[in-house]
Amino acid sequence: MADDVLLRARGVRKSFGAVEVLKGIDLEVRQGQVVSLIGASGSGKTTFLRCVNLLEEHDGGEILLDGEPVGYRTEGGRRRRLSETAISAQRARIGMVFQQFNLFPHLTAEENVMLGLTKVLNKPKAEAREIATHWLSRVGLAERRGHYPYQLSGGQQQRVAIARAVAMEPRLLLFDEVTSALDPELVSEVLGVMQGLAESGMTMLVVSHEMLFVREVSHHVVFMDQGRVAQAGPPEAVFGNPESERLRSFLGRFHGMFGI
Amino acid sequence: MIQYYFDWSVITRNWGLFLEALALGLGLAVVSLLIGSVIGLAAAYARVSGKRWLSGPVWAYVEIIRCTPLLLLIFFVYFGLPEFGIYFLDKTQSFILTLSLYAGAYMSEVFRAGLASIPKQYVEAAKAIGMRPWQRQRWVVLPVMFRITLPSISNNLISLFKDTSLAAAIAIPELTFVARQINANTFRVMEVWLTASVLYLATAWLLATLLRQVERRYATIR
Repeated sequence: MADDVLLRARGVRKSFGAVEVLKGIDLEVRQGQVVSLIGASGSGKTTFLRCVNLLEEHDGGEILLDGEPVGYRTEGGRRRRLSETAISAQRARIGMVFQQFNLFPHLTAEENVMLGLTKVLNKPKAEAREIATHWLSRVGLAERRGHYPYQLSGGQQQRVAIARAVAMEPRLLLFDEVTSALDPELVSEVLGVMQGLAESGMTMLVVSHEMLFVREVSHHVVFMDQGRVAQAGPPEAVFGNPESERLRSFLGRFHGMFGI
Repeated sequence: MIQYYFDWSVITRNWGLFLEALALGLGLAVVSLLIGSVIGLAAAYARVSGKRWLSGPVWAYVEIIRCTPLLLLIFFVYFGLPEFGIYFLDKTQSFILTLSLYAGAYMSEVFRAGLASIPKQYVEAAKAIGMRPWQRQRWVVLPVMFRITLPSISNNLISLFKDTSLAAAIAIPELTFVARQINANTFRVMEVWLTASVLYLATAWLLATLLRQVERRYATIR
């Protein structure tokens, strides 16, 4: 049954200077699964996500997408960094949604979604527009397609960013604390869109502090602590039976949000 | 007190010459800005490339141009280059070359600051949808930088337009040169120079207003 593993990380290490941020991460994401990474800030969740999408390069271990190493190839037992073009092609198969939305400020909502479709996937403009309209309606923003990012609220911008990522039909979608920069009243509209995507079978790797969402939507939860995976399992196990004191105290901060 | 009697007929009689000369000056400024922008963009990328052998010479070029009077550069290119065997440029081409190099140095600083001010999130977003390096520059970095630097580009165009008056020094028939000629023929000092000044001022002001409209049109980055 290991064949439906889409993303496999083994012993992933990453240092910034002398600081080792990832100390050997093992993790699997299966086709159609939602896997959530939780943990205190500085535990390495975001860095790991950025390594998966090659915004950072990992120093050790391996990250395999569909069995193919991300970022390098092995030649005569030696690691060779892939060319920028090859790396770009790998990134096109992985979508990412950022904390700060990162919409292209000079393009309308629709053009933001279309850019990758026309330039990376070489789709004709008309088809790209159709796809953009489809996804913008899916996130409830069809009537805002002509708006520039500065004319949209944070929640709307983030929904456009999700549409931009999904429209590329990625194998895997990464979410990096996508609700952390939002006003509280705008969080639910974004989580709603994410839940819809999860239910439609999208494979997702999610870094989030929204514990209710994580418990509700995830198939698998990974608690990271100081660059290591401290506990992993189905949400009931991680939330219901925290094995370590650190996880207990981490979850304690969200106490009262669920019946633990 | 000496009475000065204005005789504006000298202006109306020569109105066509004035306008032609004005158009020439404006044309010289626009062409130089365009060529200068290409030079400036290449120079800016060279400066941020991190390659010493590229950024070093470009740095020298920028500093030499910025610290030398423009009139001197005009003379150097027009009178000096033929001494080095480059004699195929007529005076207009020679002036355009000078003004373009001059504009290029200033534009390179504008673009360098522009490139540095682009938040790296935009580039990361472009990476995340799989855009290749040159695509990221072409479709994300350059358009964003263009919008950020538009006010500085406008300023440069207006400066360059006024600088075209220096072309009079090598007898290019732009506004200042033509005004001087008409003045020499008619001795209508006040009329001629007042007219030339007002034409410069009105054109520069019109340019500024027009460019502000363009800026407003592209003001999507807040």
